[in-house]
Amino acid sequence: MINKVVSGADEAISDIENGNTLMLGGFGLCGIPENCITALVKKGVKDLTCISNNAGVDDFGIGLMLQKRQVKKMISSYVGENAEFERQLLSGELEVELIPQGTLATRCMASGYGMPAIFTPAGVGTEVAEGKEVRNFNGKDYLMEYAFDADFAIVKAWKGDTAGNLIFRSTSRNFNPVMAMAGKITIAEVEELVEAGELDPDHIHTPGVFVHRIFQGANYEKRIEQRTVRTKN
Amino acid sequence: MLDKDGIAKRIAREIKDGFYVNLGIGIPTLVANYIPAGINVELQSENGLLGMGPFPFEGEEDADLINAGKQTITTLPGSSIFDSALSFGMIRSQKIDLTILGAMEVSENGDIANWKIPGKMVKGMGGAMDLVASAKNIIVAMQHVNKAGESKLLPKCTLPLTGVNCIKKIVTELAVLDVLPGGGFKLIERAPGVSVDYIRQATTGKLFADDDVPEMIFD
Repeated sequence: MINKVVSGADEAISDIENGNTLMLGGFGLCGIPENCITALVKKGVKDLTCISNNAGVDDFGIGLMLQKRQVKKMISSYVGENAEFERQLLSGELEVELIPQGTLATRCMASGYGMPAIFTPAGVGTEVAEGKEVRNFNGKDYLMEYAFDADFAIVKAWKGDTAGNLIFRSTSRNFNPVMAMAGKITIAEVEELVEAGELDPDHIHTPGVFVHRIFQGANYEKRIEQRTVRTKN
Repeated sequence: MLDKDGIAKRIAREIKDGFYVNLGIGIPTLVANYIPAGINVELQSENGLLGMGPFPFEGEEDADLINAGKQTITTLPGSSIFDSALSFGMIRSQKIDLTILGAMEVSENGDIANWKIPGKMVKGMGGAMDLVASAKNIIVAMQHVNKAGESKLLPKCTLPLTGVNCIKKIVTELAVLDVLPGGGFKLIERAPGVSVDYIRQATTGKLFADDDVPEMIFD
């Protein structure tokens, strides 16, 4: 078997170059590849196009890459909660393409499923539809949206094995499995890496065939963006 | 005239037993507090959860378990978790019975604008465009007029659209209105003590009202 296990985030991202297109898993700060983001900041690679549902916060997640002006373009569905992002957007340093969240997920899915495009009703009749082909099926209009073409997909899983199989935990699953299927090279960082054979095949969310590099991450902060609680009685 | 909780309470009466429901941010979130006893619903959170429960008790927050508003939450018995593509698959294939969301403007043909104000920082549409384009039943929860006192129920939306021809029902602090298939707002119920004339003045779009419009009933 090909060895997919790498020593850590630095090795995993070592061949990411200026100008590459990256998919980064996560929803808000939930399920983001913290170790790889730290390594990308350290490496200082620039002019990146990042496909990710959100852009982190000022001092965490993709926000750390924005601080170092490593991102040329963000493709996201929602980008609030980030003052540096807003500043770069308004000053023209950063290009942003906002697309509906389901369209984002499904364009990842199409890529991983080997389909060049999908048809979705999201955005019909809005500015999202500008310049896009509209097709009518059974009396309803749909936009043609292309599959993403990403050089690397970087995902975070709960558990993984040396064969690259992944299991996600709770809602930190979000975009991770669809992005894992969509990268030309997929890098997975996991909280716990085990030997092949230790995970139940019935419980695998992402089959190892989609994962090219895997490592056990360290020092997960797992920051909570909106801590909401109730008190007992 | 209703407060935000009153709007949420009135909308909760539209929810039927066994519904799968997606609640947007703002007033829609409050609807969860007023689901009548004996009515079982499963709340969908589009980041990948069906069966969303209340906020966790202090100290029991789980960073891996959040809703689409990025708030820490819990799951209820019978809940399930899935990825983002599958989540929007169940939205697009109309498995979600009811979507409740806020709006800046609704037009008399059911167009909705709720994601962008030109000249202001644009944060994005999130899942709103997917939801309004596919949901079979959408209720808008909003104030009847904006902060400047201008009607939010218009002949045509002035802000960039989120979706076209998709809104069926609107609940405001003043009224319950249906969007008629041929265009126009049909006044269904008045908030307690609010007259038809008052509602008419707060509605710039075409308003149809019978002679005798009932007041809302709360259990």
